[in-house]
Amino acid sequence: MNESATETLSVVVEREIPYPPEKIWRALTQPHLIAEWLMNNDFNAVVGHRFNLRGDWGGVLDCEVLAVEPNKTLSYTWNFAHADAAFNLESVVTFTLAPTDRGTRLRMEQSGFRPGQKQAYGGAKAGWQQFFTKLEQVLARTD
Amino acid sequence: MSESQDILFRMLADPTRRAIFERLCREGEQTVGALTARAKVSQPAVSKHLGLLKEAGLVRDRHKGRQTHYSAQLSALAPLIDWTSQMTGFWQSRFDRLEDLLKRMDQ
Repeated sequence: MNESATETLSVVVEREIPYPPEKIWRALTQPHLIAEWLMNNDFNAVVGHRFNLRGDWGGVLDCEVLAVEPNKTLSYTWNFAHADAAFNLESVVTFTLAPTDRGTRLRMEQSGFRPGQKQAYGGAKAGWQQFFTKLEQVLARTD
Repeated sequence: MSESQDILFRMLADPTRRAIFERLCREGEQTVGALTARAKVSQPAVSKHLGLLKEAGLVRDRHKGRQTHYSAQLSALAPLIDWTSQMTGFWQSRFDRLEDLLKRMDQ
């Protein structure tokens, strides 16, 4: 392990959604609903529950529920084991819900990326397509 | 923007050239003929784009008999790939799907 392995990064995505926290909470915690927006899974909102998220690119993420505070906070590990250390990923995903006048501010923070990781699970499929979409947006702005 | 990023952006700014490169990324190695059949430009034009992509290190060619096969060199894109922005894109698109789902869900 080199010293960069101890450095971590995080990604934060925040959005105000025009629905109450209770409704969003259902979408975050009911397996058949999680499958519709995130990935196939055997989730259960119980601290310590271990589950998998299965991506449509064939990747399987190992997860464990870390925190459950109904309608407020949900946190679980998001790990991807790979023989090649460069693709190994150990991270934690935390969703935070806060009611607002117009609905809910939903915040997702994923922390634990190491700078050495060039690509991992989403990279193969979702990542590339988004990359090209993003590239087009960047190009549209640079004219 | 660094010089290497600048070159890559200029290479991929042309829609026809970008379409050729994307096809090689998604579908793997192909001949000029196969690429031309689905491009909206002539074979010499496709060849010219491939030549520029090759110069930029974005594609590699391999001669086999009378055919030249081209493949994408994804590693050449490394200067453009920022892992965290890629993941942000992943979650943004998942949030889009979450919002679609919420619209369909009962209260």
